Amino acid sequence: MIFGYSLSDLWSIFVMQSFSGLSLFSVLLLMALGLTIIFGQMGVVNLAHGEFMAMGAYTVYLCSTIVQRHCPSLTPYYFLVAIVLAFCVCSFFGLLVEWSLIRFLYKRPLDSLLATWGLSLILQQSFRSIFGAREVTPVLPNWLMGAFNVTSTIQLPINGVFVMGLTLVLTLGIWFFLYHSRIGLNMRATVENRVMSGAAGINTKLVDRFTFSLGCGIAGVAGAAFTTIGSTGPDSGSRYIVDSFLVVVFGGMTRLVGTIVSAFGIAQGQSIAQFFMEGTMGKVMILLVVVVILMIRPKGLFASKIRS
Amino acid sequence: MNILYNRILGGKTGVRGLLVMAIVLLICIPCALNPFWVNLVGKYLCFAFTALGLALLWGRAGILSLGQGLFFGLGGYCMAMFLKLEASDPISTKIQSTPGIPDFMDWNQLKHLPALWVPFKSLPFSLFAVVALPTLVAFIVGLAMFKRRVGGVYFAIITQALALIFSLGIDGNQGYTGGRNGITDLKTMWGWDIRTRHAQYILYFATCLLLLLSVALLQWLLSGKMGKMLAAMREREDRLRFSGYDVSMFKIFIFCVAAVLSGIGGALFVLQVGFIAPSLVGIVPSIEMVIFVAIGGRASFFGVIYGALLVNAGKSLLSDAFPQAWLFCMGGLFIGVVMLFPNGLAGGWDWWCKKAWPFLMPAARDRSVKQPAAEFAEVSTKGQNP
Repeated sequence: MIFGYSLSDLWSIFVMQSFSGLSLFSVLLLMALGLTIIFGQMGVVNLAHGEFMAMGAYTVYLCSTIVQRHCPSLTPYYFLVAIVLAFCVCSFFGLLVEWSLIRFLYKRPLDSLLATWGLSLILQQSFRSIFGAREVTPVLPNWLMGAFNVTSTIQLPINGVFVMGLTLVLTLGIWFFLYHSRIGLNMRATVENRVMSGAAGINTKLVDRFTFSLGCGIAGVAGAAFTTIGSTGPDSGSRYIVDSFLVVVFGGMTRLVGTIVSAFGIAQGQSIAQFFMEGTMGKVMILLVVVVILMIRPKGLFASKIRS
Repeated sequence: MNILYNRILGGKTGVRGLLVMAIVLLICIPCALNPFWVNLVGKYLCFAFTALGLALLWGRAGILSLGQGLFFGLGGYCMAMFLKLEASDPISTKIQSTPGIPDFMDWNQLKHLPALWVPFKSLPFSLFAVVALPTLVAFIVGLAMFKRRVGGVYFAIITQALALIFSLGIDGNQGYTGGRNGITDLKTMWGWDIRTRHAQYILYFATCLLLLLSVALLQWLLSGKMGKMLAAMREREDRLRFSGYDVSMFKIFIFCVAAVLSGIGGALFVLQVGFIAPSLVGIVPSIEMVIFVAIGGRASFFGVIYGALLVNAGKSLLSDAFPQAWLFCMGGLFIGVVMLFPNGLAGGWDWWCKKAWPFLMPAARDRSVKQPAAEFAEVSTKGQNP
């Protein structure tokens, strides 16, 4: 008996809390993946990243509303199209933002941070004006509802499993793209040494624009995935932004594996701590631990071994 | 005499700026505005303290902290704890199940005062804590970060996380901190009622004088070696380091000064407004404090004070009239000032003076934004890593 629970209860709690941690992990990871490639590539801190996530979520909501109104028979299938659409909308908007805003601020990273914060305020208020201040939920297809009963005390919700699957596919896709494609090669070269890449004939400005738009698109997919496990409000993106930045910094900023490990650690820690501590204290504890570790080891868990 | 004139008052331009500010704050505003607005301006001036600290930290040293709300909150909560304890004496709280403790503790079934609160029964200790606690926190954070040469964007993110942790932590511990509602119903300080109109005016003038004094102190601080060090640090930090200076200690010192200024601002805020809550110390207010500085002109001490006044006044007026429009305005301000006017109001003022009254500008002052050398260099991820 620990904390008044029997061992088998504790095991069930552990499994179910780790599973809910895995859902959080998926959302954090999808957010952080976009941030990592943007930050690693261009040194730009995109504080509007959370709003890109909300934009993806609202895209799904919009699709669901349209499908409900015009052809309800398509409800079981629209969700997959909506995810792709969320990616397209967000990456297009990201392209627009890079072209109109970010490209002027590459040499002033602190200013780009402030400008993207301004952008996030404007986007938040736009969401509020367009969709209302209340949180919205799209009508989800039936196959996303329900839960797997693994044992009598352990239930795994299907939407969580779906989000994890999506995260897995997307992470593998990004890894494959970065390490096994020509554009990925160009991106990695630019990260390693911008000047030399330029000299070798890589159009680094174009690579930057592409990277930013790709990162925003991934945030859109994160938002689409988020709609299956929670409702979307104008400020739901900003709720995750600090967490995702801590994930990026904690993971060592530039490497995918670091981001994955740190997203896993932070999400699991929060989820398990939340069960034993009331309210937000679990989150406070975990964030505090992460910040203290970062103060001791400022380069994060997996620092890339390049000389600075 | 020369030292007083040149170093503390900042020479001809400094004296002129101080005089204009003194006239505006001490004469124009109390005469022209009604008591309600004077009190509001007093509240804005509390944010101006934080803005001053940021002007020093960001404008002069090139370090952007997005967590100044943390220090503002530390100062504010220290003051509020003392005032709350004085307001909840056993007689006025006799209807509670445990008289003599603050009301929110009673609601949360606390039976006696937590040990953390006990020292705040004394005013001298509370005033000491208003200065000491932000300094201590800033020193620890600064020591951990600057000694390892962490800076730039990275520092901004960590300080932002600290502000989030602080506001969430206060929010989550209702019994000890008042939770989301904050600490409210503050009445007297050592028997002196802070809510009367008379007291509001006294507090307003005290705030103005303290602010002017802080500006003079900062001018004195920067007129000597420290100013040269900061300029060198901003331009070529590595060369300063090669010359044998411990750059990190200078940064820690500047960070502590900025934290103390924020803490004083927070304490004065509590005295004038009568409450403090986590919504005043989290991420959003912290980053708003940065926009005061960006609007005012990040390196100019007078500019950031006017910036804080203008942005806050705009917020009060606009968010009442058009609540929808305020966030658009704020976002537009962030983007516009960064893209179009990186030198803010002070830069515009200098430009205008040079055009209109060249005789007023004896020596061309250069307030243009100077980024650290590393940021001018080609952006590379290596430059971002600490």
